[in-house]
Amino acid sequence: MGIVVVYPGPLTLVEDLGRQGWASLGLSPSGALDRQSLRLANLLAGNPVQAAGLEILLGGLRLRFVTASTVAVAGAEGIVTLNGAEIPLNQAVRVAPGAVLDFGAPLFGLRYYLAVQGGIDAPKLLGSSSTDMLSGEGPAPLTSGVQLGIGHVSAGNGLVSGAGSVPGQGVGPGAGPGTGTLSNAHALPPIRRAPDPGRAITARVDRGPRADWFDDHSWRRLVSQEWTLSPDSNRIGARLVGRPLTQTRLEELPSEGMVLGALQVPPSGLPTVFLADHPVTGGYPVIAVVRRTDLDLLGQARPGQRIRFLG
Amino acid sequence: MWRLNPSLEVLPCGDSAFLVELPELTAVVAYYRGLTGAGASAGVSAPQGIIDVVPAARTVLVTFDPETIRPFEVRDWLESAEPAEGISGSGREVTIEVSYGGPDLAEAAQFLGMSEDEMVKLHTGSEWTAAFSGFAPGFVYLVTTHERLRVPRRNTPRTAVPAGSVGLAGEFSGVYPRSSPGGWQLIGTTTAALWDASKAEPALIRPGDLVRFVEA
Repeated sequence: MGIVVVYPGPLTLVEDLGRQGWASLGLSPSGALDRQSLRLANLLAGNPVQAAGLEILLGGLRLRFVTASTVAVAGAEGIVTLNGAEIPLNQAVRVAPGAVLDFGAPLFGLRYYLAVQGGIDAPKLLGSSSTDMLSGEGPAPLTSGVQLGIGHVSAGNGLVSGAGSVPGQGVGPGAGPGTGTLSNAHALPPIRRAPDPGRAITARVDRGPRADWFDDHSWRRLVSQEWTLSPDSNRIGARLVGRPLTQTRLEELPSEGMVLGALQVPPSGLPTVFLADHPVTGGYPVIAVVRRTDLDLLGQARPGQRIRFLG
Repeated sequence: MWRLNPSLEVLPCGDSAFLVELPELTAVVAYYRGLTGAGASAGVSAPQGIIDVVPAARTVLVTFDPETIRPFEVRDWLESAEPAEGISGSGREVTIEVSYGGPDLAEAAQFLGMSEDEMVKLHTGSEWTAAFSGFAPGFVYLVTTHERLRVPRRNTPRTAVPAGSVGLAGEFSGVYPRSSPGGWQLIGTTTAALWDASKAEPALIRPGDLVRFVEA
C-alpha cells in the first residue's frame, strides 16, 4: 500500500504547513520552508493546502508507487522523471501502480515539494505531521525501504476535478504524464520560479526588537551589502556571511521569544535568519525580522547564494 | 478598563509581532497570567488573530496574524492588560510525584546549609509557578516565592541527564522531559511524562500553571 522509499536522497522530510501557536510550550512552528510551493503542489494534487507532502532537499529521492495516484511537484526546478520520462513541474501528474519517481539534483532552488493526492499519511502532533529537526518531533526523515501511507484528505472545493477518478491503468509506465483538469485555476497561487543560484535574492525586513543594540552603520550595512548563504544553514536557520554588524550594547540579553524570520546576531556580527524549526527563545539580539512571505525564498536559497535585505 | 502599565515597554518585532519588556521575572509571570488568563479557570483568553504568547525571563513575545487583527489593536490589548496578582494565586495546579535522592541531592543540601530532609521538605512545601518554557518541548522553568533553594549550576554539565530528572539551578526548578545534556543539580526523579506527543495536550505543565512536588 502507498509508496515505497527506494532512496531517500540527502534529506527528505514529511512536512505540512506546521503547528503554529505552541511556542509557549517550547515547540517551533516547523512546516515546509517554502510554504507557497507546498500549497501549490497540494492544490494541484487536489488536496487541501495544509495536507502533508514531502520536502526533498537537493533531489536524490526515488519512490516506487504501489498504488496509483496523482502527484504534483513544485518548488525547486530540476529533472524529475516518472519511469525515466521527464514530468512537468507545477502540474498534476497521474502515476500508475509500480511507477518509479526520481528526483534529479535541482538546477534552480534547493527544495522540491511533492504532494500526493490524499496527502501523506503520518502521525500528527498538535494537528501537524511536520518533522521538526530541532526538537526531533514529528516523523523521522525518510530512509530506504520505508513505506509511506497515502491519506484520504480532499480539497472538497472542486479545484481539481477528474484527476482522482481516472483509473490507474490509463497511464502506463513510460506513457508520459496525465494532467488533472483544473476547474478553478484562478484559485491557484501564482507559480513562482525557483531562485536562480547565480543571482541575488531579495528579502524585505522590518525592525527587530533590538535594532537599537547596534551602531548606526549596522542597519545600513545590513540592507546595503550582499550577504552570502553559508553552507552551515539548515531548517533551523539560514546563516549569513558578509561584513559583520557591530553591537554597541554588550550586556548579556536574557533569553527572549524569537519569531520566525528573526535576524539574530551573535557576537561574531554575522546574522542567522530563523527558519521554521527555529528555537522558540534565544539570547542574542534581533536586529531585524524578514517578512514571512519572503522566507519562502530563503528556503530555496543555496549555499553560496547572494542575499539582499530590503528595509 | 483602560490602564497603561508604566513598567511595560512594547518593542516592534517585524510586521506581525511585539516584544513586551518588563522589569523582572515576577512581573513577567503576573503580566503573562493577566494577559492570557493562564492558570485561571477560564483558560487562555486572547483576541482573535493572536497566534503565540511566549513568556521568557524578562519579556513576553506576542505574535499575531496581521490579516485578522491590526497591529494597533494588539498594542492596545498589550498595554491595557492588568497583571494578575503576585506570582502565585489560584488556578490550574499540577502535582508531580518525585523520588528524592538524585545524584546531587547531598551536595546541593550541603551548599544550602541544610539536611537532605529539610531540603526535600522545602522543595515539596513550596508553591512553584511555571514561568516559561524553553530548552526542549515540555521543559518549563519553575519559580517560587523564596530564594532558599538557590543553587548554582554544576561546573561541568552532564552529557546525558535521564528523562524525568528533577533539578535545581539558580532561581529555577524543573523536570527534564527527555534525556539530554544538562547542568542542573539533580535532586530526584519522577515517572510523570512531562511531554507526551500522543496526547492532545502534550505538555504536562504550561506557563502560568502552579506546580507542587510531593514525595512518591
